[in-house]
Amino acid sequence: MNSDLLVLMQDVNKSFPGVQALSQCHFDLKAGEVHALVGENGAGKSTLMKILSGVYVKDSGHIYVKGGEVHIHNPRMAQELGIAMIHQELNLMPHLSVAQNIFIGREPRGALPFLVDEKRMNQEAQALLDSLHLAIDPRTRVRDLTVARQQMVEIAKALSYHSQVLIMDEPTASLTKAEIEELFSMIRRLREQGVGIVYISHRMEELKQISDRITVMRDGMYIDTLDTAACTIDQIISLMVGRTIYESKPEIPQDSQREVALEVRNLNRGRVLRDVNFKLYKGEILGFAGLVGAGRTEVARAIVGADKVDSMELFVKGQRVSVHTPSDAVRHGIGYLSEDRKRYGLVTGMTVSANVAMASMRDFLQAWFVLDDAKTARVAQEYVEKLTIRTPSVNQRVKHLSGGNQQKVVIAKWLTADTDVLIFDEPTRGIDVGAKSEIYKLLNELAHAGKAIIMISSELPEILRMSHRIVVMCEGRITGELSAAEADQESIMRLATRRDEMVIH
Amino acid sequence: MTAQVLESPQGKSKIKIENVLYSPALQRVLAFAALIVLIVVFSIASPNFLQFRNITGILLATAVNGILALGVTFVIITAGIDLSIGTVMTFSAVMTGVFITRWGFDPLLGVLCGILSGSFAGMINGIVIAKMKVPPFVATLGMMYMAKGLALIIAELRPIYFNDVPGFSTIATGSVVGSILPDFNIPNAVMIMFIAAIVGSFILFKTILGRYTFALGSNEEATRLSGVNVDLWKIAVYTLSGTFAGLAGVVIAARLNSAQPALGQGYELDAIAAVVIGGTSLSGGEGSILGTIIGAFVISVLTNGLRILSVPQEWQIVVTGVIIIVAVYFDMVRRRRSR
Repeated sequence: MNSDLLVLMQDVNKSFPGVQALSQCHFDLKAGEVHALVGENGAGKSTLMKILSGVYVKDSGHIYVKGGEVHIHNPRMAQELGIAMIHQELNLMPHLSVAQNIFIGREPRGALPFLVDEKRMNQEAQALLDSLHLAIDPRTRVRDLTVARQQMVEIAKALSYHSQVLIMDEPTASLTKAEIEELFSMIRRLREQGVGIVYISHRMEELKQISDRITVMRDGMYIDTLDTAACTIDQIISLMVGRTIYESKPEIPQDSQREVALEVRNLNRGRVLRDVNFKLYKGEILGFAGLVGAGRTEVARAIVGADKVDSMELFVKGQRVSVHTPSDAVRHGIGYLSEDRKRYGLVTGMTVSANVAMASMRDFLQAWFVLDDAKTARVAQEYVEKLTIRTPSVNQRVKHLSGGNQQKVVIAKWLTADTDVLIFDEPTRGIDVGAKSEIYKLLNELAHAGKAIIMISSELPEILRMSHRIVVMCEGRITGELSAAEADQESIMRLATRRDEMVIH
Repeated sequence: MTAQVLESPQGKSKIKIENVLYSPALQRVLAFAALIVLIVVFSIASPNFLQFRNITGILLATAVNGILALGVTFVIITAGIDLSIGTVMTFSAVMTGVFITRWGFDPLLGVLCGILSGSFAGMINGIVIAKMKVPPFVATLGMMYMAKGLALIIAELRPIYFNDVPGFSTIATGSVVGSILPDFNIPNAVMIMFIAAIVGSFILFKTILGRYTFALGSNEEATRLSGVNVDLWKIAVYTLSGTFAGLAGVVIAARLNSAQPALGQGYELDAIAAVVIGGTSLSGGEGSILGTIIGAFVISVLTNGLRILSVPQEWQIVVTGVIIIVAVYFDMVRRRRSR
């Protein structure tokens, strides 16, 4: 076996309940290289690297570090092998100081073994930060630093373990351009010192700038490894996307009557959403595509008043409305079907009929505040039949239904509330293939019946199959809009990875 | 160029006034200011308030609650809770009685074993929480009942008196300070609380245990990923809370010269109130011993002052409730702003 490899992973398998997350995956890393790992959401990049860094344990397969086979059972063992991972969500203790974070778990001890030698710790942290050219006071509390600086602290922490393998999961996701340059120059310095760096990212231009090799993953499988210098962005994208399951031609419903059901203007929220503008027509399904963290869910939450925003002008059927809370949204006929049905969409411990009536309780009252159970049951029964919800009765608790049927209950809830605008966030997540097509059929029927639908989805085939129009987001901006006819996976992917370019409509 | 970019003060300027305005230090200052205001108001309202005897009374009334609050401060900083400290205190008092009066232990050894029985109960809490993954609220609620029941069983439903143990009550009511400075006879119980506070503060800010206490409350998962044995340190924190409860048990037994097995329930809530008023965040990651001690004094000054002004006891309780809500409200406002 090749001994100039720092890391070699062979035939790695990993499954989580109900999902084969990785199958027969391969990966290798040389000293002094930046090896990018790319793939769509859910391709298995993070899982593979979490196995290498000891967060997860592989089901089977082999891992070799500097030529010797190793079994990594926890993060500490990975640390001892010189492998450190900087996770996507920063893993720092915000209330502790920079030095305290760097030395957590191995504080320099004082006169007695249980005392922390704060002074020495700060000195050592200072020396470490100096060696990385970081002008950060080690006594600063981490929460008082910018995200970029917090990330630098994480890198410093990782390097303080004398790590030779540094894994970075989407390190630039929340950095500005200048901060990214800063990060890159640090990566280059580390590369010169012989550190092997795994760089997980969606951003194609960045990969071209910083990486030496690129490994592509898709659906939990290893696809290919390319030399960065010898490949094009298009090549990588087509490897990432592949030719996947839904080959069937999208059933494009006939054009709608072009009556604007909802218009959003000038939506801004910090760095999360920037100048979002779009129109939603009656009877259409508007797909929202983009990578995880692009801001699609945040747009939906802004529209229904779930989050505070800096600015937003909202028009329902041409009328300016103000929505500050979800109940305002319901009043104006906007319903949001969360991606996390169980947490935000349903009261799973209650019955089908109780859930159906939940968003329009006032219609189900007799005499002030007494619930009209008979009416609730009747309406629920109606929807059970109309939407073919498979349940023994309307008195079944929702938690006993399958994912697809739960989703239908959520839909029934919003139909009962008589909402004209329905925002579906990942409507088929966690739903099996058979039930998926039923949900698709239902969405089409709803659009036909004149509802205006926004469908947020991370599955490109789903977006392509269902949408009349597609809005693509990247980093809180709308980077493009495509008609059903002109959209394909490549064009969406290109827009979804386009950063810092104002391409609106 | 590198260094230049990073030296730009953008990071520092972010700290700004906001962070000072809404810092936990401010909460502590607020609590302290509230304490001063209370003292001023009461001393104007009643000439008796600032008399030395009344002040020692306040100090003595704070001692037990203060000691309990010290231990639970650690637990609350880890974002946990310990509802068992009140009855664990009673359990320890009873055990102290058993060790000394029934088994004839040397009083000093008996006291030590009494404290350790509190530690033991705390350790059980820690194991149930860290290893069995029972939520702290439930685990310590269970321990609250167990300790209460066991105290009654072991004491055979009767108080255990220390009448035959000469000098036992001086642990709380004697005054070492007074024997040196005759005009200044501060009860030992109070000195024990202050010493415990200093030790507690030392543990919290200078030792590994303190460091992990904050780390656990700040981001437990990150702490685990850093290779820290999270379970072990959680157990240690709850053991520490039990130890302080054990110490409180000895002090209250000495003050009453008896172990009263029916006492104890409700003390945990006073202690938690003191911690919260002192600016320790129930969501973890921040807090201080000084704040807790101030919080404990706010409660006892309030109680004492209202009593001197002949406000009925039931109204004193109502006012305490209001103070707690106001203190936590300030904390929440601060938290929302700083986000």
